[in-house]
Amino acid sequence: MAIDKKTAPEINAGSMADIAFLLLIFFLVTTTIDSDKGITVQLPPWSEEPPDPTKLATRNVFSVLVNANDQLLVRDEPTDINTLRERTKEFIINPQGREDLAASPTQAIISLKNDRGTTYEVYLEVYNELKAAYDELWEEESQKTFGVSYSDLTTDQKRTIRAKIPLVLSEAEPTSFGEED
Amino acid sequence: MAHFQKKRGKSTPGISTASLPDIIFMLLFFFMVVTVMREGERMVQVVTPQATQLEKLEKKSLVNTIYIGRPTQKYQAIYGTRPRVQLDDKFSNHLDADIALFLEQHKLRVNEQLWGQITTSIRADREVTMGIVTDVKTALRKANQLKINYSATPDAARLAQMN
Repeated sequence: MAIDKKTAPEINAGSMADIAFLLLIFFLVTTTIDSDKGITVQLPPWSEEPPDPTKLATRNVFSVLVNANDQLLVRDEPTDINTLRERTKEFIINPQGREDLAASPTQAIISLKNDRGTTYEVYLEVYNELKAAYDELWEEESQKTFGVSYSDLTTDQKRTIRAKIPLVLSEAEPTSFGEED
Repeated sequence: MAHFQKKRGKSTPGISTASLPDIIFMLLFFFMVVTVMREGERMVQVVTPQATQLEKLEKKSLVNTIYIGRPTQKYQAIYGTRPRVQLDDKFSNHLDADIALFLEQHKLRVNEQLWGQITTSIRADREVTMGIVTDVKTALRKANQLKINYSATPDAARLAQMN
């Protein structure tokens, strides 16, 4: 048999692809790209004095309470979470000028109080609805004033919208009636 | 020149697969560069709640993360099953002091002018109660870290309902 000495036998490179696939799948599985999205919140600065509780009953305060059983109490009446967003918007804007709702958007305060036993999931859902109410109001105001979506505005324009409808959400110290984990 | 090799058989030449690993290695290096495996081992189980008003966290370098959840299986024997706070790679027992230290350590890695833009991401398990979360928030307020972000995944059902 005439052996051809010029060309070396080719290494079958097909299995290298399998090794590389394995490495790739290993990397895809082990590196968790954690979702980096969330609800941004600005906490109030810390102060040693407890906040003044006497202002709660006025027309400009929208009190939201969540108890340890994850039940909602909005302005002293039990409420369903699905109606929270609309009620909050109605309170802030007060289209009909009702006496029991906010005098103006700049004077509207939302007061949120929960219990130490409240589930975080429910708390975040409530916070989400309150934030959504403001986001929708800012969006409507942005469309009315500038004609574009709120997310397309410049920082200064956003500031003017937020000055007209400021997000004032005060969180009270939680009560301790429920069982905390 | 007269010894031409006769082609034996009628088989078509096989497709060369030699370049396939190169393509895969390129993909691999791409993934290695893009995904940052900076966080250490997660010692608590966290399934974040769902929400619709989500904002993306820009600039990972300006974000520090606090995990709140029950310890994972392998740590339950030592640390129990009650929810705990994990900072970097340790559990925290004294929240105010540990969180203040944790924030300072992060600030060391960040340019002083950008300190005001640092955000703390709170990744808490959905079943955790508000007691521990409120303690963490109080510790953050005492340390003057006011920009926080509650980590959550998009709620597809409610988002579809809204739009």
